[in-house]
Amino acid sequence: MSTMTAPDKPESLVPEPTTLVQAKVRWHGPVTAIVLAVLSLVFFGLLTAAGATTTFRVATGGDAIKIDDIVVPSRLTASILSVGALVIAVLALLRSRRRRPVPAWMWVVYGVLIFLALLVWVMAGNDNALPLTLLLTNALGLSVPLVFGALAGLLCERSGVINIAIEGQLLAGAFLAVVVASVTGNAYVGLIAAPLAGALVGACLALFAVRYWVDQIIVGVVLNVLVIGLTNYLFSTVLTANPQTLNSPPRLPTIAVPLLADIPVVGPVLFAHPLTVYLMYIAVAVLQVMVFRSRWGLRMRSVGEHPKAADTVGIKVNRTRVRSTILGSAIAGLGGAALVSAGLAFTKELTSGKGYIALAAMILGRWSPTGALAASLFFGLADALRRVLNNLGSPIPSDILAMLPYLATIFAVAGLVGRVRPPAAEGVPYKK
Amino acid sequence: MRLELQGITKRFGSLVANDGIDLTFEPGQIHALLGENGAGKSTMMNVLYGLYQPDAGQIVVDGQPRTFAGPGDAMAAGIGMVHQHFMLIPVFTVAENVVLGHEPVVGGSLIDLAEARRRVKAISDRFGFAVDPDALVEDLPVGVQQRVEIIKALSRDAQVLILDEPTAVLTPQETDELIGIMRQLKDAGTSIVFITHKLREVRAVADTISVIRRGKVVGTASPESSEVELASLMVGRSVSLAVEKPAAEPGEATFQVRDLTVLDVHGNAVVDGVSFDVHRGEILAIAGVQGNGQTELTETILGLDTPTAGQLLLDGVDLGGKKVHEVIEAGVGFVPEDRSSDGLIASFSIAENLILDMHRSAPFARAGSLSPARVAENAAHRVDEFDIRVRSVQDAVSTLSGGNQQKVVLAREMSRPLRLFVASQPTRGLDVGSIEFVHKRIVAERDNGTPVVIVSTELDEVLALADRIAVMYRGKIIGIVEGGQTADRDVLGLMMAGVPLEQAREQAAGHHTALAAADAVAQAEEGAGPAPTTDEEGTA
Repeated sequence: MSTMTAPDKPESLVPEPTTLVQAKVRWHGPVTAIVLAVLSLVFFGLLTAAGATTTFRVATGGDAIKIDDIVVPSRLTASILSVGALVIAVLALLRSRRRRPVPAWMWVVYGVLIFLALLVWVMAGNDNALPLTLLLTNALGLSVPLVFGALAGLLCERSGVINIAIEGQLLAGAFLAVVVASVTGNAYVGLIAAPLAGALVGACLALFAVRYWVDQIIVGVVLNVLVIGLTNYLFSTVLTANPQTLNSPPRLPTIAVPLLADIPVVGPVLFAHPLTVYLMYIAVAVLQVMVFRSRWGLRMRSVGEHPKAADTVGIKVNRTRVRSTILGSAIAGLGGAALVSAGLAFTKELTSGKGYIALAAMILGRWSPTGALAASLFFGLADALRRVLNNLGSPIPSDILAMLPYLATIFAVAGLVGRVRPPAAEGVPYKK
Repeated sequence: MRLELQGITKRFGSLVANDGIDLTFEPGQIHALLGENGAGKSTMMNVLYGLYQPDAGQIVVDGQPRTFAGPGDAMAAGIGMVHQHFMLIPVFTVAENVVLGHEPVVGGSLIDLAEARRRVKAISDRFGFAVDPDALVEDLPVGVQQRVEIIKALSRDAQVLILDEPTAVLTPQETDELIGIMRQLKDAGTSIVFITHKLREVRAVADTISVIRRGKVVGTASPESSEVELASLMVGRSVSLAVEKPAAEPGEATFQVRDLTVLDVHGNAVVDGVSFDVHRGEILAIAGVQGNGQTELTETILGLDTPTAGQLLLDGVDLGGKKVHEVIEAGVGFVPEDRSSDGLIASFSIAENLILDMHRSAPFARAGSLSPARVAENAAHRVDEFDIRVRSVQDAVSTLSGGNQQKVVLAREMSRPLRLFVASQPTRGLDVGSIEFVHKRIVAERDNGTPVVIVSTELDEVLALADRIAVMYRGKIIGIVEGGQTADRDVLGLMMAGVPLEQAREQAAGHHTALAAADAVAQAEEGAGPAPTTDEEGTA
C-alpha cells in the first residue's frame, strides 16, 4: 500500500463496458442490391432471345479518333454485366456484416453495370444502334437544372428553411432569362438576370418563413402557384403580343474546352457544353468544400441543426437563414437559365415539375452537393434514355422506364440506402 | 472577475419573472443559486448571458456597467454558460462544437481543424477530461457532453461559469465527477454560479448560497445550513422533506411482469427480458438514468407499445398486446412522464381533461353524446378533492400551473377503482408544495391496497417513496433492492451506471461519493447537536 504517492487521476468507479455496443448491421441496402442483380440476370440476361445482338454507337460527328460501332451478343453480355453487379452486391453485404461502411464507388460501379445490362436488353435485336455518347451528353444537359435546383434546396434546408419553391424559382429564372436575353440579344445577360428572379422568390420565402413563421411548406407551394400564375399571365399577354422582341432568346454558345473536348466519348459528354454546365461543375465543387469545411458552412449547418445552440455562441440565426435562403434561391434561378440555355422560347409551365424532382435529388443525395450531383445525373439519365428510346423503339413503353428512377427514389428515401437524415431544425421557425 | 447584478427586473407580459434582483458573484467562489422550478433562476441567468434584455437594472463587471445585446457580448465579457439542455449540435464533432462561433480559419474561410483539436485537447488535458476532439457529440454519454460544454465555455476564456441545473441529467457518480471538476475550476480561479434546486449538492460544494423565490432574492445561507432550513427558505414555509408513510403491508403479487421484451422501430431491444412482481399495497420504484427503457416499459404496460416477448400479468390476465382502452378498463391508472404532451390535451377544458379516458360510456356519455352537466359535476368534485386551484373548470387546462396540471392528471387516473397504478416522473418540474401533495396521494393509493409502480430519475424521490427499488440500465433490470433506510445511494448510483448489485455493494463500500461524504458529516453533526426542528439559526 502506498501512502505517499497519489494516483494521477481518481479512479473511475464505472467499469468499462465489457462488450462494445455495436452499430446495427444494415442489411437492407446490400440485400436489395442482390435481389435486383439477380432479377437483372434473369430478365435482362437469361430470358433474352439467344442470338440477339445489341449495337452501341460511341462515335459522334467530329471525333478526332474514329471508333466503330460496338456489336455484342445481348444474352451473354447482359448476363456477364449482371453477374458483375451481383459480385459487387455480395461484397457489399460482406462489408456490411463486418459493420464496415460500403464505399460510394461500389454503388456507382454497381449502378453502371445494372444500367448497362438494362441497355443491352432494351436494344437486344434492335436494328438501330444505341447512340451511347449522345445519350450521356443529353443526360448531363438534362440534369443541369436539377443540380442547380437541388443545390438551392440543400442550401436552404441546411440552414433550416424548407424550400418547396424551387419549382417557382426555376420558372422565374427561366422566364427572366428568356426575356432579358431576347431584349438584349445576348444570352449571357439573360444568364446574369436569372438568379435575380430566383432570389426575389427566395426573398419572399425568407420573409414569410423566417420573419412571420408561416408554415414553410405552405409558403413554398403558394409561391409556386403564384409564379406559375404570374408567368402564365405575362406569357399569354405580353410575350404573345411581342414574340419577336420578348420571346426569341439567342442560344447560349457551346464552349468546347480545348484538348479535353477531343477525348473520345468523355470529351463530347463532359467538355462541349454551354457555360451553364461549367458553372454547375464549379458550383458543386465549391459548395461541397464550403458547406462542409468552411466557417460559413459550419455556421449555416449549426443554424439548421440546433438554432438555439448557434444563438448562444453569438451566431445570428435568422440573418443566416435569410441569407442562405436567398443565395440558394438565386442558384435555383440560375438553374432556370440552364433550362432554356438551348435558346428555347418561354412556354407556360416550362419547368413541368423539375423543381420537385430537384427536391427529390436533394434528398436522395442526402443534402450534400456531390450527392445532389449524383442523384440529378441519375434522373437526367433516365430522362435522356426515355427520349432516345422514343425514337428507337423498345420492348416496353419508354414512359414506364422513365418512371423507374422516381420509384427508386421513394424506396431510397424510405431508408433502403441507409439512414437519410435531414437537418434537425428544418421547417421550424426560430423563436426565442 | 467580480460580477454584479443590480436591480435586475424582467417581465413576460404580466408575469414578473425577476423582481429587482441584486446579487454579487465574487471571484474564485462557487456561488449556488437555490430556488424551485419557476422561481426565476433560469430567466435571471439568461439575462446575464444576454439572451434576454432586462426591463430594469444593470449588470456590472469589475465595477463597469455593461449591457449585453446577445450572448456574444456576454462571452466577450468573460461569462460562460452551460445550459440545462445542452447547446451542442449532435451531428458535429466535439472540436466543431467547441470552436463554433469563433472558428480558427486558414486561407480566409476554411476551418483550421488542427487548431480546433489543439484547443480542445489543451483544456481537456488540463482538467483531465479525456474528451476525444473528433468524436461526434451524439455518440457521447451526457456526462461527457457536459464536459464538452465546459470546454466550450473555457475555450472562450470564461472567468465566470454559469451551470444551469447541471446535475439533472447525471448519474450520482457523474454528479460526483462534476463536483470534482467544479472544485478544480474554482482552484484555477474561475467563479462558478451553480443553479439548482437540489439541496444536498448545494451543501456539498457551495461557498455561498443565495435563495430565490418568486423572482426575488429572499436570503443567503451558509453551506452549513441544514437541508430543512434551506428547503424552508426556498419554499417560504416550513416543509417536511421526508414522505410520511407507514410501513408497507404488501399483499399478494397481483401484477407480474415476466421476461418482457420490447423492440423499437430499428429492432433494438429497448426493454430486454424484464421480470418483476408488484404486490398489493406496495410501491415499486424503477430508478435509472433517463432513456434506459423506462418510458418504453410503462408505455407497454399501458398498451401503447406491443411486447415482442413476455407477459404482463394483472390478476392473472395478460395485458400484453391489449388495446389501451382495454388496459384502462382492466383497472390500470397511468400518469405519463410528459403531462403536457401525453397526459393532457392543452386546449381542452379542465372538465374535459378530467374525463378523457371515461368519455365513452355512462355516466358521461349516453347514446354517443356527452352530458356537459355530468362532466362539470364530476369536475367540481375532483377539483375539490385534489385541491386543484382553478378559476373555472371550463378554462383550458393549459392555463394551470404545472403542479395543478399534474393534479388534474392524478385526479382523473385515481378517480376510477384501480387494480394497478403506474406513474412516470410524477413530480417532474413541480414545486415542493405540489410534490408533497402528489407523494401523499401516491402513498394513499398504496395504502388502499393497489400495487403501485413509480418511474423516477430522481434518486431522492425514489428513496422517499419506494418500498422496493428496481434499477433499469439499457433495457434490463440490473437489480432490485429494498427501499427505505437500508437503501444506499452510492450502490443505487453505481447500479444506474450498469454495475451489478453485488459489485456495486463492494465498490460503494470502498469509495464514497462527495455527496455521501457530505451527508455523513451532516448526519454526525445532527446526531451530536440539538434536535433539528428547533434549530432556527443561520437563516436570513
